[in-house]
Amino acid sequence: MIAAPMAQHPIELILTRELASYLATPMFLVGPEGELLFYNEPAEGLLGYRFDEALEIPLNEWASTYQLFDSASGERLPIDEFPVVAALRERRPHHTSLTYQRPDGARLPIVVTSIPLIGQGGELLGAVAIFWEDRRG
Amino acid sequence: MRVELWGTRGSLPAPGTETTRYGGNTSSVLVVGSEGEHILLDAGTGIRPLGLALPEDIARLDILVTHLHMDHLQGLGFFPPLFGHHVEVHIWGPPSTTMSLHRRLSRYLSPPLFPVRLRDMPRRPELHDARPYFRVGSIRVRADRICHPGGTVGYRLTDPNGSCLAYLPDHEPALGQRHFPAAREWTSGFDLARHADLLIHDAQYTDEEYPDHVGWGHTSVSQLAALASLAEARQLMPFHHDPSHDDEQLDAMTAVVAERAPSVTLLPGREGSRLELAPA
Repeated sequence: MIAAPMAQHPIELILTRELASYLATPMFLVGPEGELLFYNEPAEGLLGYRFDEALEIPLNEWASTYQLFDSASGERLPIDEFPVVAALRERRPHHTSLTYQRPDGARLPIVVTSIPLIGQGGELLGAVAIFWEDRRG
Repeated sequence: MRVELWGTRGSLPAPGTETTRYGGNTSSVLVVGSEGEHILLDAGTGIRPLGLALPEDIARLDILVTHLHMDHLQGLGFFPPLFGHHVEVHIWGPPSTTMSLHRRLSRYLSPPLFPVRLRDMPRRPELHDARPYFRVGSIRVRADRICHPGGTVGYRLTDPNGSCLAYLPDHEPALGQRHFPAAREWTSGFDLARHADLLIHDAQYTDEEYPDHVGWGHTSVSQLAALASLAEARQLMPFHHDPSHDDEQLDAMTAVVAERAPSVTLLPGREGSRLELAPA
């Protein structure tokens, strides 16, 4: 049987976006290939970029815009080690401390928890990253 | 395919003199395919009279349940074919990772809610998870999860001549975006409803009622008009009428949908309606 072409995101992603839009916690949503689908207003405040509704940004593109650094070494984080990418690849949650560089050059210590979104049929639907500024140090 | 509405009410049956035109039975729709398939959409209270009216010579019935709220199941215990011996009954329902369809149906079809257990019914039905794509005879069925609390699917039925029915009786498409309906990819139910020859869809609330019921899983009349227009449905039947809405109020709500979706042919969602569906 031929499936109709999909124009609509799976309901799980729609509801995740709905949840994110009501949270005060910064939240970032990607699709199964790591493509950026949405981030909420608190995330806009922390990242320093407005979310563009019109664009679905491929992983390589957004990963080069949003600059993450290893907190210990100060080295730029490879895409494969982005928590949300690791969560997609390994299908399990990831939690880590990193440094984020805002567009004005300021560096913020952040804590990121990423969770894969897996549907009831076992399909990988995407992942979310919940993050916040780490003020402990 | 032929489509017959045997129950159009949502939430609770609403019998009485003020609901005679739109009807008081809860969600029950019969679809008869061109090769004689008999498909029932939901098992609300309307399937009792529906079951009594079915021809005696049919060999198989398929009941496609959208979700397991009582207004979509209550008729099962009173469905005559389950108490006869000559018809093969198949029930399809939304899958769950934690509980089988049999266990979920048995919560209703067992004491103390009901005297007869599912397993003790003379015509024990065969149960199936509604996979994303399956067939009932010559009719292709697509089942997709939609926004409504408690694990709910909508159905899209396509017959061999290409005519297409979309059935989303309980659905809140406005969730997931700030300015509904801004983007089809963020609109629950869009793929099911797209270019449907007939869209049977939740129309539970007036625009004034909706703000007090956000998250309850239903649609306002303006949201319905917007969804049907976005999906470019050819014909639309508002459905799942609130039990507190009488015939006069439903006339007014239907008129609002017609005014706000001028590109869609509006058919009032009345119990007893019957329609031969053909592709455009």
